[in-house]
Amino acid sequence: MSNMNLTLKIWRQKDSKSKGKMVDYKVSDISEHMSFLEMMDVLNEQLINKGEDPVAFDHDCREGICGMCSMFINGEAHGPDRGVTTCQLHMRMFKDGDTITIEPFRAKAFPVMKDLVVDRSSFDRIQHAGGYISVNTSGNTQDANALPIAKEAADKAMDAATCIGCGACVATCKNASAMLFVGAKVSQYALLPQGQVEATERVQNMVKQMDLEGFGNCTNTGACEVECPKGISLETIARMNREYLTASIKG
Amino acid sequence: MAVLDSKVPKGPLKDKWTNHKNHINLVNPANKRLIDVIVVGTGLAGGSASATLAELGYNVKAFCYQDSPRRAHSIAAQGGINAAKNYQGDGDSTYRLFYDTVKGGDYRSREANVYRLAEVSANIIDQCVAQGVPFARDYGGLLDNRSFGGVLVSRTFYAKGQTGQQLLLGAYSAMNRQIARGKIEMFNRHEMLDVVKIDGKARGIIARNLVTGEIERHSAHAVVIASGGYGNVFFLSTNAMGSNVSAGWKIHKKGAFFANPCYTQIHPTCIPRSGDYQSKLTLMSESLRNDGRIWVPKNLEDVKAIREGRKKPTDLSEEERDYYLERRYPAFGNLVPRDVASRAAKERCDAGYGVNATGEAVYLDFASAITRYGKEQAKIQNISNPSASKIYDLGKAIVEAKYGNLFQMYEKIVDENPYETPMMIYPAVHYTMGGVWVDYNLMTTVPGLYCIGEANFSDHGANRLGASALMQGLADGYFVLPYTIGDYLSGDIRTGRISTEGPEFEEAEKEVKERLSFFVNNKGGHSVDYYHKKLGNIMWEKCGMSRNAQGLKEAMAEIKELREDFWKNVSVPGKMDELNPELEKAGRVADFLELGELFAKDALAREESCGGHFREESVELDGEQKGEAKRNDEDFAFVSAWEYTGEPADAVLHKEELEFNDIELKQRSYK
Repeated sequence: MSNMNLTLKIWRQKDSKSKGKMVDYKVSDISEHMSFLEMMDVLNEQLINKGEDPVAFDHDCREGICGMCSMFINGEAHGPDRGVTTCQLHMRMFKDGDTITIEPFRAKAFPVMKDLVVDRSSFDRIQHAGGYISVNTSGNTQDANALPIAKEAADKAMDAATCIGCGACVATCKNASAMLFVGAKVSQYALLPQGQVEATERVQNMVKQMDLEGFGNCTNTGACEVECPKGISLETIARMNREYLTASIKG
Repeated sequence: MAVLDSKVPKGPLKDKWTNHKNHINLVNPANKRLIDVIVVGTGLAGGSASATLAELGYNVKAFCYQDSPRRAHSIAAQGGINAAKNYQGDGDSTYRLFYDTVKGGDYRSREANVYRLAEVSANIIDQCVAQGVPFARDYGGLLDNRSFGGVLVSRTFYAKGQTGQQLLLGAYSAMNRQIARGKIEMFNRHEMLDVVKIDGKARGIIARNLVTGEIERHSAHAVVIASGGYGNVFFLSTNAMGSNVSAGWKIHKKGAFFANPCYTQIHPTCIPRSGDYQSKLTLMSESLRNDGRIWVPKNLEDVKAIREGRKKPTDLSEEERDYYLERRYPAFGNLVPRDVASRAAKERCDAGYGVNATGEAVYLDFASAITRYGKEQAKIQNISNPSASKIYDLGKAIVEAKYGNLFQMYEKIVDENPYETPMMIYPAVHYTMGGVWVDYNLMTTVPGLYCIGEANFSDHGANRLGASALMQGLADGYFVLPYTIGDYLSGDIRTGRISTEGPEFEEAEKEVKERLSFFVNNKGGHSVDYYHKKLGNIMWEKCGMSRNAQGLKEAMAEIKELREDFWKNVSVPGKMDELNPELEKAGRVADFLELGELFAKDALAREESCGGHFREESVELDGEQKGEAKRNDEDFAFVSAWEYTGEPADAVLHKEELEFNDIELKQRSYK
């Protein structure tokens, strides 16, 4: 298959205080085997060689696990493929002559820092509010096998724990809600016996922080689940709601 | 040599750590509040150390270049974590884990450190379960294990193919608890650009805020470097794009010795490069070699036909295939250790048998595993005379259950279905065993400056076993450093806050700023990546899977020349006082350009083959082992610790002789 020539419409914004705008770029000779970020590398090399400012974007592991990459491509978080992050998206998903729109993840709680780079520290602050089990690293906890955990519960906890904290759920949601992200963490602990002791405070504190950060409400459209690169299920939101209700009754 | 004191405690191996802990100085809880510790890096080692130090009461300042500590590259580790729990009752013990690790490292690691690692391994699992890490379990609700990397017991704990992620999120959660308590001050999107020494002791760092570009001074009573490995000196590796040697290299230039830089692990099962635009390589878990058979065509005509698309691999009959690992190593076959498997692949590809356009790929074939599992299932399910397609379907289901996520990942990247056509794989740089030299307390040759995790050299010798990196990171961070650092800090309880106003901070900050300013003002002709790729190419060709004296000498000269060109002609767009990823890269590549030369020098000095370091001049000349790596215990059973004196080529070698009292040195054989 011959290589592609593409038009890119990219959000450029100098810093958090400046106004941004869409700018058009051309790239040529793009191989279908490139990853989307490698195509961005080609563009940046081209810009540097012309003495222009390259496009800033977040990325690190480039194998779909660190959660750092975060582009909104043709109206979809992490682009048109399913179950992948932007770094795993390949150019074979596009055709010669395509115009591709590339924007940052947009949400009130994810302010743009530069170009396609956004500030997701709100996610960290939600975790500070309760995303942990209070156990010291003494090394003298009980033996790991002293407390059996049903395989089904452990597997479900693992499914929830695979969230990479990329924020695609927020960027996709029309309300910019972080319920899938928070639900995943709450679910992981709710499904494990170790998480029970602090369950009440955890869900209350995490939800409170989520609201303080300015994330929107959940209206059950399910878009987050579709765009989640790790397949986190809507069930986690339902579980969080149950946990929250239980906690409210307990007070 | 007097300069290098490993401080290994006296006494029997198994009592060393306990006795040491019983006798070192402690800092009382009220005094811990008066002491600040800086931790650079938030992977398994740095994250766990930050959390534990904060829990103990120290004021921790933690730094990472990512936007959150949760994104450190430990997150990408797939397979698992070893621990001598003996839950399977298969005869595992602390001693066996110790023995396997020393042997796997080809007898080039420090015995006492490795024994301690094995000793605390069991605590790691207890700790992680208590934190809510969802390890895989069996139907009885107990923890499951898998076997890994050719050892004889099942001691690897895992969380699907995402063990590193779950362990890191565990350490991150422990950090979050301390951040919430105000005991860890977290500096995301910050990069350490130098260490500051006052009166010979490490007393702080200079860091750049990567968002605003501001240069900041941070003081502390001790500094801990946990910045990971330097595999990206090869440009292409399985490391994250931002993984770098800068923290380790900066402290090296300020007096910390750098040990065994040439010990690199080149992992045999990675997805091959597809073109010049390639930015990184993706690992496919070692577990695939349990069922996959590795081969290339026997005849060069078939290689040509495959490359030109006239033939498919499945067109070749059994007789037309060369299962070269099974041929060369009948006893271990496809399960030889990583270093042996990697070199064998390179040997075939160098001989012209590589099966893709770049000539750098071999097949990993699951067809016979599918048939084997299919027949087994037919028998279990009482299906008599199953058809070939029935066998295929049954077998495919088993392979899918075991490796489904890896097959899917492969298909996403390569766009070929590995159930129908063999996977293509090729070795890639994956881990660096070498690193900053540390003593038994994990302190470098600079007082108050510590180095933990992959960034140090201590536990894996010349080759690391699978599932041992996660173990070391967490052992260092949770269970070793927090104790040993107290011994040093007990001398600092009356020191008080370290001021950042002194001339040492002034000087270090000035140097950092000058360098950054050079980069943005030097309007040269080439991008940073241009130089990084060239460096990677030299490293891969001359310091890669097999090395010889001539190539290494050439590498040293070429890297020096490239470095000089870099400092004349590099071009970095943008400004210092803004978010500027190119400027970040420039600093990292500048350090790689120095490390690379020391790497080659170290490889040149080590005139033996050991673990991942293969010297073409040091091979067995006859007998059954003919052509295999030849270790030289008489002349090279030492750690090479290099002292910086101004130019990488002028580094001075210090030797830490390795003593083996509890283990017998043997030549590895996989025939």
